Amino acid sequence: MYITLRDRPKAGQQSPPRTKGKVSSVVVTLGVVSLMTDISSEAVAAILPLYVTAALGLTTIAYGFIDGLMQGASALVRIAGGWAADRGDHPKWVAVVGYGLSMVTRAGLLIASGFAAITALVAIDRVGKGIRTAPRDAMITAASDPAHLGRSFGVHRTLDTIGAALGPLLAFVILWAIPDGYTTVFVLSLGCAVIGFALLALLVPDVRPRRRAAAEPAEPGEPAEPGEPAEKPAGRPFSWRSVAEPRLRRLLIVSGVLGLLTIGDGFIYLALQSRDGFATQWFPLLYVGTNVAYLALAIPVGRLADRVGRARVLVLGHLALLAAYLCAGSATGMAGLTVATLVLLGVFYAATDGVLAALAGQLADTSVRAAAIGTAQTVVAVTRMIAAAAFGVLWYGLGRSPAMLLVAALLAVAVPVCFLALRGLDSARPVPGGVPA
Amino acid sequence: MTARNRRVIGFALVVLVVVVAAGGYGWSEYVRSRDAQTTASDVDLVPADVTVTGNRIVFRSTAPGDLYGRVAAVAADDPGGPREVAPIACDRVDTTGDRTVCLRTDRGIVTTFEASVLDANWQPTQSWPLPGIPSRTRLSPDGSLVATTSFVTGHSYMSTGFSTETMIHEIGGRDYGNIEEFDLLVDGEKIAPVDRNMWGVTFADDSTFYATAQSRALGHTWLVRGDLETRTLSVVRDGVECPSLSPDGSRIAFKKDVDDGPGVHWSIAVLDVASGDETVLDEQRNVDDQVEWLDDDTLLYGLPRDGEAGVSDVWAVPATGGEPRVLIPQAWSPAVVRS
Repeated sequence: MYITLRDRPKAGQQSPPRTKGKVSSVVVTLGVVSLMTDISSEAVAAILPLYVTAALGLTTIAYGFIDGLMQGASALVRIAGGWAADRGDHPKWVAVVGYGLSMVTRAGLLIASGFAAITALVAIDRVGKGIRTAPRDAMITAASDPAHLGRSFGVHRTLDTIGAALGPLLAFVILWAIPDGYTTVFVLSLGCAVIGFALLALLVPDVRPRRRAAAEPAEPGEPAEPGEPAEKPAGRPFSWRSVAEPRLRRLLIVSGVLGLLTIGDGFIYLALQSRDGFATQWFPLLYVGTNVAYLALAIPVGRLADRVGRARVLVLGHLALLAAYLCAGSATGMAGLTVATLVLLGVFYAATDGVLAALAGQLADTSVRAAAIGTAQTVVAVTRMIAAAAFGVLWYGLGRSPAMLLVAALLAVAVPVCFLALRGLDSARPVPGGVPA
Repeated sequence: MTARNRRVIGFALVVLVVVVAAGGYGWSEYVRSRDAQTTASDVDLVPADVTVTGNRIVFRSTAPGDLYGRVAAVAADDPGGPREVAPIACDRVDTTGDRTVCLRTDRGIVTTFEASVLDANWQPTQSWPLPGIPSRTRLSPDGSLVATTSFVTGHSYMSTGFSTETMIHEIGGRDYGNIEEFDLLVDGEKIAPVDRNMWGVTFADDSTFYATAQSRALGHTWLVRGDLETRTLSVVRDGVECPSLSPDGSRIAFKKDVDDGPGVHWSIAVLDVASGDETVLDEQRNVDDQVEWLDDDTLLYGLPRDGEAGVSDVWAVPATGGEPRVLIPQAWSPAVVRS
């Protein structure tokens, strides 16, 4: 058993506390930071194609290519960001650099003209996003009661997704009121980035997970390992070997395998579209539908993960993906099936995105927590990119329905195997008063 | 005062400054834009009851003011002269004189895109939705077919790929659909690269056209010759984008990426269809447009003005080489009517 400083479950309590106030203020603050930053970046992302074509008179041909390249680079920078956060034991300051870098690109958009400058700024923004993600998730882990990590990440991802939904909306409201108001959108974007940055820099405490763990070996966030001595060398320096320790390695491999079978929303929407033949202009609505489902479910599914085990929810969440494949791959379509597909995708994201960070944070030693979270996210991002590329080949080789069903079949085999492979990971953490994992 | 309280006050100040500054800027922009939209555009207009006839150039007028974005026409022998301005705004336009195709953006909370066919009096006779930002449009010489290219941008969550959708419609007749579905043939062999993208149609007649087909994975940007009857696209040549067939059908003007590195710099080039000879023209600037032929010797294209967002000019350059010059100031997307 371990002792927590706050949010300590009372003995005999049958379920985790449900009041909203129990979520650490640090988590909520970080959620608001992400909300502001996402308004900032998504507002610009939504109008950038229009700006480049309508205001600058260019086509977006080169844009997609560079964007894809930077997504890859961003995934790798994530590991470096995690490493720096662990190494210096100041995750906050690494996150500040990441958010600050993105903020600077917003200021740059106000003076940039020309395609090359804008692409460079978008690229730097992506690097900033890569740098900040892992330290931020490590801070969420450090600030949360280990028993409610899933809920904490659920709260954070909900706020984050709200920001991502508000950004494009605000941008288009501005362009509707001011037809050539691109600069106004950039000003809004800079303003939101500055507020998010100030909130992080001024009001988020400089949590030092390693030092705290060394001072009080049983601090919240330090996973108590049955069979392992309580005085785990928490103050020990960063070592990649700790990232590759057996349980984490199992998680990374399972994440990689499942990532290879995650073909991406784009293809699922394309499958729905090519079956039902609705106009491509409704595409953005599909993303909206998935996001609404995701933000509605992130907290409940996070709580569920806290109760029944995060590894279980992570793996079984892929059953929702499997069901989405089957819906999208079925020969005949109905409107109801399309809605079901979007809800299933929302369930899948709710069960995997925050839960993966929670699980990696829970399993990793404090000294390598940010690096472990960053590595897990990178593995997922890179394998999903490979999956999307490979699925494209399958689609044209086999046709829509057979390709979908083939991936669904592979996933149906992979889920039980992965479920067994992660057996025991959930019991690495005692579930206070909840359903025994 | 505790350190925490000082930080809270500091944060409140930051929020205040941001809200006041951004709000003030937004409001001043709103007022400026409202004024700009009601200020008369500074262009010469033909008298209200006059229409420009004969050899003429139809284009999108980019002079700031109340007529911004409207379709306009000038006489071919007085391109800088007075304009007839149509009651419709378009992003891209092409015309045969009797029939005009107009791709437009409808701004709103949900921004939508549309293609309209207009009659000789600029009245819409038909319209249909487009999936994304308008890029190119062309009518066939007899005006029976219309090709549209739009960008299909996914939501920012998945913006890893740019792609285009190029559709061909027969006006009042059948819909040929997305030309990406046509069979792509290299030396008669069918290939189907996953990431293929098609754009920039130019019609030879009512069944044959040229277009661009690109596969980044294969590293090719091909000129293809399309056949509407067999629904095929046959690869003609590599390194050709946005083709435009000359009035006499003997040459194809196109944009060519002349950058050696990973960047892109498009120059204008002319291909002699019979001999396969290629000439890169003197225009040194980056031209991102589908070139239009003014006559068999002169090419037209739009270039954005430096430092004036949203304003562009239509330039002319001799097809055999020579200095480019501004033909129509404050204009975009030229289309030539030869009567």
